[in-house]
Amino acid sequence: MKEYTYVIQDEIGIHARPAGMIASTAKKFTSEIMLKFQDKEVKATKIMAVMKLGIKCNDTITITCKGDDECEACEALSHLIEKIL
Amino acid sequence: MNTYHGKTAYSGCAIGPIHVVETEDRPICLHPITNVREEITRLDDAVKMSQDQLQVLYDKAVGEIGEEDAEIFHMHQMLLEDEDYLDAIHLSITDNQWNAEYAVAQAGKDFAKMFADMDDEYMNARSSDILDITHRLIHTLLGKKKNSTALEIPSIIVAHDLTPSITMEFDKTKVLAFVMKKGSLQSHTAILARMMSIPCLVATHLDSLHNLNGKIALVDGAKGLFSVEPTQSMVDEANKQLALQKAQKEIELQFKGKESKTVDGKKISIFGNIGSVLDVESVIAHDGEGIGLFRSEFLYLGRTSYPTEEEQFDAYKKVLVKMKDKPVVVRTLDIGADKKVDYFNLESEDNPAMGYRAIRICLDRPEIFKTQLRALLRAAVYGNLSIMYPMIISVQEVRKIHSIVEEVAKELKGAGILYRIPKQGIMIETPAAVIISDLLAKEVDFFSIGTNDLTQYLLAIDRQNAKLDALCDTHHEAVLRSIELVCRNAEKENIWVGICGELGADTSLTQRFIRMGIQELSVAPPFILPLRKKVCESTAW
Repeated sequence: MKEYTYVIQDEIGIHARPAGMIASTAKKFTSEIMLKFQDKEVKATKIMAVMKLGIKCNDTITITCKGDDECEACEALSHLIEKIL
Repeated sequence: MNTYHGKTAYSGCAIGPIHVVETEDRPICLHPITNVREEITRLDDAVKMSQDQLQVLYDKAVGEIGEEDAEIFHMHQMLLEDEDYLDAIHLSITDNQWNAEYAVAQAGKDFAKMFADMDDEYMNARSSDILDITHRLIHTLLGKKKNSTALEIPSIIVAHDLTPSITMEFDKTKVLAFVMKKGSLQSHTAILARMMSIPCLVATHLDSLHNLNGKIALVDGAKGLFSVEPTQSMVDEANKQLALQKAQKEIELQFKGKESKTVDGKKISIFGNIGSVLDVESVIAHDGEGIGLFRSEFLYLGRTSYPTEEEQFDAYKKVLVKMKDKPVVVRTLDIGADKKVDYFNLESEDNPAMGYRAIRICLDRPEIFKTQLRALLRAAVYGNLSIMYPMIISVQEVRKIHSIVEEVAKELKGAGILYRIPKQGIMIETPAAVIISDLLAKEVDFFSIGTNDLTQYLLAIDRQNAKLDALCDTHHEAVLRSIELVCRNAEKENIWVGICGELGADTSLTQRFIRMGIQELSVAPPFILPLRKKVCESTAW
């Protein structure tokens, strides 16, 4: 399993567009990709569930990837998140 | 004839037949189904078709309003792929044996409520996106031909309110105007209307949309009026306005995207003046090359307490981000005189134009000034920002301002907050500043001449006194020679000089200004393209 933790820098937090980009990136991989915030955990492929977490600036999120392509998945998502959030 | 009042989202005039778009929904009925598999196939096909429709809309929107604003349709595509949303619909069909339309309507309602209940204004607004994709899906399922947006002849679109996707579906060459019963100046239709320069009224006090279809109506954006079956004299008046509008449109088409360059190749910057974040769209729509005067007063007016640093930062950042890398010149607080705000507790003065105002207040009450400067320095990281200070009369004032800016920068640095010190210039709007412009030029990065105040101070004529209108010659040689002197002194120190007062838009002077050495003209957005035309016909030598 691969894990990646990040503190949100974006002023609005995880709004619709980044949630969508995370979901579409996560869908490219076969690994199970989860997004954890506080005590809640949702599949990163689900745009509405990710939005519903209401993640704001300065919140800490953790991405976990489990599966055959977990290394590639984790790398792709960390790149994306650092770029847009 | 009936006349209704509305709020003007984009001004302009239109006459034509009304085309009513019914957006109030008829209830979706529940009827049990027998063939679950068939119903699931219907649903999946409808999802696929809706996705394709959204792709078409996205491509159309990119062409019409640009990639950034078109992004909403990509977002809708992603929402329409959401597993939870689609699972909920599937489940209702298989387990409850609901018809697909009803299952979709229920899921839409539930998910929209989920976002509406969140403790976050931005997320609340997303519930309308969920409803938008839900409507699209239901329409596709019902096999409705989307005829409500097909226009045979140019028409005035009348509706309760329009979703982003319905707004986008219209053939804009056939939309004369939008008249919305609901909606706000920030609604998608209003934004789109401004981007496309289509007259638009929102929050129009219509009684009912029934019996309006096909009737001739008139939209007068300048007055915020919508008249159904107008009188002949109204139509004649409107036709005159339309002729002017048409001439203006032709200029726009011809000069949009062109460089503002004189016949002999001198580049002039033509910027827009704005008074709120909302106005940025208008600058972009009229192809402004930047913002030469961003009046920051709007942040202070119409409220009961000082705006916070965060509020100001948000507003400046929004404008900078929207303008991408184009220059944005923010003028610091210019309150006092004719612009009064209660919570500043300003005493009333016999001669406010020459009184306690603008930079004089800021230097006297540095706490107010520093809040604004902190917000500006932080926002400067997000774009191409310059700051200018109003009502300057001395070198000492400029030095004092610079030391306050240094102080603010030091505090931000100490707190580990990201900032940048922008270019700093001054307004030349007092006779004193004109006369010592040689000294001031050594202290600042640029000059922007505020011709309205400069004229009133040079000629000793109160702008507000209607009795003196005849004497107030805006082309007075004293004003023009002042501008020329300021240009000469700016050139010696190699700093740029522009005009942000009303005189900048006066095309009878453009040639003369360019020869004096004016490099930038900042005007109300509708004047940008006519001015570019004039610049392109002028010569610099």
